[in-house]
Amino acid sequence: MARLITRRKLLLGLAASTALAGCDGGSAAKAFLAGMGRWNERVDRLLFSENRLAPEPPVSELTPETAFPSYFISDSMPFAPDNWTLKVGGMVARPAILSLEQIKRMPQTGMRIRHHCVEGWSAVAAWHGLQLRELARMVGASRDAQYVEFRSFDKGYYSTWDIESSLHPQTLLAYGMNGRPLYPDHGAPIRLYSPVKLGYKCVKYLTEVNFLPTRTGGYWEDLGYDWYAGV
Amino acid sequence: MAGSGLQILAAYPALGPRGGLYSWYPFQNDAPPSWLRFGGWLAGARHWHFAIAWFLILNGLIYLIYMIASGEWRRRVFIPTRDTSNAIAMFAYYLRIRKTPPPEDFYNGLQRMAYTSAILFGLVVVFSGLAIYKPVQLHWITAAFGGYDVARVVHLSCLVLLALFTVMHLVLVALHPRTIVTMVTGGQRG
Repeated sequence: MARLITRRKLLLGLAASTALAGCDGGSAAKAFLAGMGRWNERVDRLLFSENRLAPEPPVSELTPETAFPSYFISDSMPFAPDNWTLKVGGMVARPAILSLEQIKRMPQTGMRIRHHCVEGWSAVAAWHGLQLRELARMVGASRDAQYVEFRSFDKGYYSTWDIESSLHPQTLLAYGMNGRPLYPDHGAPIRLYSPVKLGYKCVKYLTEVNFLPTRTGGYWEDLGYDWYAGV
Repeated sequence: MAGSGLQILAAYPALGPRGGLYSWYPFQNDAPPSWLRFGGWLAGARHWHFAIAWFLILNGLIYLIYMIASGEWRRRVFIPTRDTSNAIAMFAYYLRIRKTPPPEDFYNGLQRMAYTSAILFGLVVVFSGLAIYKPVQLHWITAAFGGYDVARVVHLSCLVLLALFTVMHLVLVALHPRTIVTMVTGGQRG
């Protein structure tokens, strides 16, 4: 029986197409990676479920605090100004400027979570704070706001999230770690924290939360790291 | 896949969670050599790794479907009751303990064992990869491996085993160059 595609023909065809692709390696590779990146983001969004909670590791797996890395991009550790406030704006019915005390008076949520860093390490800590979905409800965030932008006082560090991940029940504006107030090395007075994104999406040293119709990027994202970065 | 994976490993060239590195691993904080890495930097390597992964999976699926649909698996898969004694005899022959090779049909027992284990490593490398890619959304896969950091160990181990398989394969082909023709053309149908 004659076969239309023999192994020999297939190999010849593959060799020819590889040679053709090689003529324009740089931009072809870039276009290929960009296309696959968009595909991966679609898969990432499909995999995400707003109801799926990250499992809580047992207390015995808590990482010793000295071993839990803490990164910032400023030359020295950023400290909050005395008159620190959190500005909540964008597509909201009731823009707000909140003090730490006001945020602490709102309903508190806690969780013990494994942190996943883009570098490949993991570490476990307990976090407590205000659910972002609670804040969105309070300020009356518009249904047309598809993205949330987080800005900080760490030398312009920022990030944007998709609205679904932002409203996940484990996405917190955390003001506490391992049962005590957040220290400056982990983003005091308030940082974003969630198990559904890689660590670099969890902006520390927050100053602003903006509900937006479009994404604005992020510090690492603008340098070439994956924007969605779902875990 | 291997090169971009090693570039990703270089960002945290250690095994085990922060504050609890595995003491049995001898290469803690030793990054893989740069000539084995691909992708330039962490973000570049991640883009390559997660792009090519789809083609690895597609390739594997086509291979598995063909193996099953064509019945070819019967010739290639290691079936312990059929192939164990042949594999031992072949191994003895390679070690020069036995003077003549055991009778074989298209593949001998040792070849079947090697190919079957390579298929298994391929399956495990894909699933352990998913376990460390989405440890929250696919947390049952991660849990099946015993957690994120264990899955990372499994993922790297599969790479080592597949690399060993490839080296063995190339060495044996170099020793028996005439097999290349059979491999490329598929050989005579029997």
